[in-house]
Amino acid sequence: MRKLLGEIKASSLSAIEEAADPGALEAVRVAYLGKKGSLTSVLKQMGKLSAEERPVIGQLANEVRSAIEDAIAEKASQLSEALLELKLKSEKLDVTIPGKPVNTGKKHPMSIVLDEVVDIFTGMGYSVAEGPEVEFADYNFTKLNTSAGHPAREWQDTFYFTEDSSVLLRTQTSPVQIRVMETQRPPIRVISPGRVYRKDEVDATHSPMFHQVEGLVVDKGITMGDLKGTLNTLVKRLYGPDAQTRFRPHHFPFTEPSCEVDFQCFECRGQGCRVCKGEGWIEILGAGMVHPKVLEGCGIDTDVYSGFAFGVGLERLTMRRFNISDMRLLFENDMRFLGQF
Amino acid sequence: MKLSRKWLSEFTDIKATDKEYADAMTLSGSKVEGVEVLGAEISNVVVGRVLTIERHSDSDHLWICTVDVGRENPIQIVTGAQNVKVGDLVPVALHGSTLPGGIKIKKGNLRGVKSEGMLCSLKELGLDLHDFPYAAEDGIFILQEDCKPGDDIKGVIGFDDSVVEFEITNNRPDCFSIIGLARESAVTFGTELKLKAPEVKGSGGDIMDYIDIEIEDSKLCPRYTARVVKNIKIEPSPKWMRQRLRASGIRPINNIVDITNYVMLEYGQPMHAFDYSCVEGKKIVVRTARAGETLETLDGNFRKLSTDMLLIADAYRPIGVAGVMGGGNSEITDKTTTIVFESANFNGVSVRKTATALGMRTDASGRFEKGLDPMGTLPAVQRACELVEMLGAGEVVDGVVDVVAADIETVTLPLEKDKINTLLGTDISGQFMVKVLTDLGFTVENGIVTVPSWRPDIEHYSDIAEEVARFYGYNVIEPTVFRGAAVEGGLTAQQAAVRSLGELCRGIGFTEILTYSFIGDSDYDKLHISPDSPLRKSLKILNPLGDDTSLMRTTGLPSMLEVLGRNSSYRNREVRLYELAKVYIPIDGAILPDERTRLVLGAYGENEDFFSLKGCLEAILKSQRITEPEFTAKSDNPSFHPGRCAEITFGGKVLGIMGQVHPKVQESYGIDMPVYAAELDLDIILESRPPEATYKPLSRYPSVYRDLAIVCDADTTVAAIGKVIKLAGGALLKEVKLFDIYTGSPIPEGKKSAAFSLEFCSEEQSLTDVDVAPLMERILELLEKELGAQIR
Repeated sequence: MRKLLGEIKASSLSAIEEAADPGALEAVRVAYLGKKGSLTSVLKQMGKLSAEERPVIGQLANEVRSAIEDAIAEKASQLSEALLELKLKSEKLDVTIPGKPVNTGKKHPMSIVLDEVVDIFTGMGYSVAEGPEVEFADYNFTKLNTSAGHPAREWQDTFYFTEDSSVLLRTQTSPVQIRVMETQRPPIRVISPGRVYRKDEVDATHSPMFHQVEGLVVDKGITMGDLKGTLNTLVKRLYGPDAQTRFRPHHFPFTEPSCEVDFQCFECRGQGCRVCKGEGWIEILGAGMVHPKVLEGCGIDTDVYSGFAFGVGLERLTMRRFNISDMRLLFENDMRFLGQF
Repeated sequence: MKLSRKWLSEFTDIKATDKEYADAMTLSGSKVEGVEVLGAEISNVVVGRVLTIERHSDSDHLWICTVDVGRENPIQIVTGAQNVKVGDLVPVALHGSTLPGGIKIKKGNLRGVKSEGMLCSLKELGLDLHDFPYAAEDGIFILQEDCKPGDDIKGVIGFDDSVVEFEITNNRPDCFSIIGLARESAVTFGTELKLKAPEVKGSGGDIMDYIDIEIEDSKLCPRYTARVVKNIKIEPSPKWMRQRLRASGIRPINNIVDITNYVMLEYGQPMHAFDYSCVEGKKIVVRTARAGETLETLDGNFRKLSTDMLLIADAYRPIGVAGVMGGGNSEITDKTTTIVFESANFNGVSVRKTATALGMRTDASGRFEKGLDPMGTLPAVQRACELVEMLGAGEVVDGVVDVVAADIETVTLPLEKDKINTLLGTDISGQFMVKVLTDLGFTVENGIVTVPSWRPDIEHYSDIAEEVARFYGYNVIEPTVFRGAAVEGGLTAQQAAVRSLGELCRGIGFTEILTYSFIGDSDYDKLHISPDSPLRKSLKILNPLGDDTSLMRTTGLPSMLEVLGRNSSYRNREVRLYELAKVYIPIDGAILPDERTRLVLGAYGENEDFFSLKGCLEAILKSQRITEPEFTAKSDNPSFHPGRCAEITFGGKVLGIMGQVHPKVQESYGIDMPVYAAELDLDIILESRPPEATYKPLSRYPSVYRDLAIVCDADTTVAAIGKVIKLAGGALLKEVKLFDIYTGSPIPEGKKSAAFSLEFCSEEQSLTDVDVAPLMERILELLEKELGAQIR
């Protein structure tokens, strides 16, 4: 019997070893450990053994059983490992096949730049003011120190809704300055982005409708140095910390002193090239100290308060930023264009 | 304004290169647009003297010349010109020279004879007869200038100059003159400004015997100054004058016309010369036109004059439009013997209106428009007379008629050094301020600044601050960060919501567009909007660029459809677009319209249908906490498919409209597949948003799900079924989801099957079939009672 158990162990282990798949392994288990299995039948004969032999053989038989069980378990896990490996192999994918499309839309390039400008200023504590596009001439011109005979008021330059030229499409975002100053007391720190209109035929650099962002600060002791500091920050945030600015005297009716601001051409670093038309500098915005007449017109005491204002053309910023050469592209809304940003 | 640097050097001596000059002037406020180096294209062209001429043996029109070009040996040139004689001085383009138009000259052979260059005509040097009236129009330019063989031709023909072009701002009419720019240049570079009052010798006589001047409207003509010149000899003006005019972009004509233009450029004061023999009644009257008056202007056009136009007239008739153009009836001709020089000050606005109305902007009107110095008339007329005497063009009659009709005020201001420094954020000395102002022609005495008459723009201490800052240097002012009272900044909740709405739109596949706010009537037509629709009530621009941009839009749909159409024509196959579009709704009784923002969506493409758009709208509204908007069928919107259009409402407010665009509308935009679009009022959405949610505890008990399939009339809407289910389901019914709609066999004709998934949940206990079964029964009962629906 001892010998028989030895044989069973040896033959079962080799059968387990040879089992090629879970089915074969199960057959081996049934053949040895099943109700009619060879080990089971050996155990059934235990009763025939002597009392001394019984515990010894019993222990041996148990050892054989657990050896077989362990071997089966191990083989089973080996087989399932192998099977999984095979399955995974067969499931191999071409990972270069494109993903299932999730189409997302794009922001208009003008909005990209506008949001950036708004973020720069809201980060500095400015709020965003809005005003009407269909505006009174009074706000668009008169209160901005642009007198009745001023050429900007001509019908060939400005769109009008009334014969008496009193209602128009605003030609600048500056009237929002007036609306803010008439309703708020200093300290004032606002920007006002929006659409503006001038009677220009559409071409590569003109459009009858375009966008400006206006800035206005009124507080005690605001200086031209503060204006410079603020605009330097804007330009550096837009074009990087190395961006250089240059301030040139200019004329606007509603600021005094007035200036235009250029930034150094990034292409040639101020040497002059095709991009900057040989000047080395590119004009970016107009600004100045709010004209005391304008402040006084809004009931602000100029002995106590001063302020600065600036206006940026958003199309110009956007075209510069993305190297867009034709303004018409911005309003044409061709998906092949919009999809690029 | 074009400035010849040679002309400038007569008034102030500046050594800077063109680039240095341009940069410095730009930074002190006279923006340089560009610098043109005259004759930049001409090189290696010299004066030559023709030594010998002989016929080319192999040609009947070519000549072989030997030419002294200032070198040891003369050179040989073959020319086809017939006007050259031995001894002539001619321009010679040497081997390797360049001429205007990118032409390069090299030596070569002409019919076997060597030619070492080319003799040049006027045209080949970029000149014409106005520059050198004595030259032959075709043929070689035979020089009558003071020059010798070997001289660079550029110096000889006045091309040794640079022309600087300035952008002059509206507030600086004084800078539309050589003297004005010279003054700015001198202060910029710290050089001396050399000004000299004109001196006129006169030739006797008395102007009073010739002319009387009368100003009828002193507002439109504050001052009129005139002198008379007799024994006029009309001839070309001298070379230096022609060259300066040409450099300034003005064509030389004859000595008298050239003098008026020369003075206009130099002093900034437009001048006019009338033929005295044509001024009838020995009288000049400055008056507005009478009804029905006409005038043939110098350009040969007949002008109808209106009664607000200021004229120069003689005793009987108009002889010029004041400040714009003279009349043909008093034009200077070769026969002119006596002239009247006019140097007047006219109201700028009036001149501009007249010039615009007549459609003739001239150099003169452009200057008057900006408002000229009333003190400038006398020096200008004196300068013109000085030039007449210098050129020997005539004899100046003694006396000046100078009518000053309006008071000319002098502006004075205190010099407020501290206020200026406070405004600029600087610490500039009073001494520096006084120097700048004095150099600019202001006088400063006892702290009072007297503004020169040519600076009408200076009226406030902030103006003085700008003058000081310009020459102190804008770029020297220290950039600073201001301290101020704390302010709350940032976006308002609404502004932030608009941004997040845009983000969501892009997240679900819509690309942002940006379109014009104005449209045309035809856009409403294309949308099939009925003639009496309130949408047609749009604000109308009285002077639009065209009919198609004459109305302020009341809906964002036309712009969206136009863009979709354009994309379709570009063969972009799948397109989803959104716009935050401004619309302008007129309000009865108000002058300004209600400007609202609309969220407009538009899409076409293989994967688009009504429900894909509806799903997007639901997602967008959900992001604004609007969770169960109502979609109501709308069959009467002419722009949409009558069976596929819904009005969206929430809390009783109309949010907008959505659906499939009417096939005819779609066709009118040239799109060959169904288009889906929606227009929502952003302002109403933002107003309707329910308040932000607060946390509700999650149920600790699991949900129980039941499916329910019913058969009902095909016309019964899913919304109606859902309402009944919810009503019957009560508080335990948490959610009703449609998962199938079916028509066709075995469902009878006119019926449909609808299947829903129902979720029940209680906050107090686990639900079992015992709890749910009676609810399901109640639901079925009510469905049958209300809608005649049966369980399937």
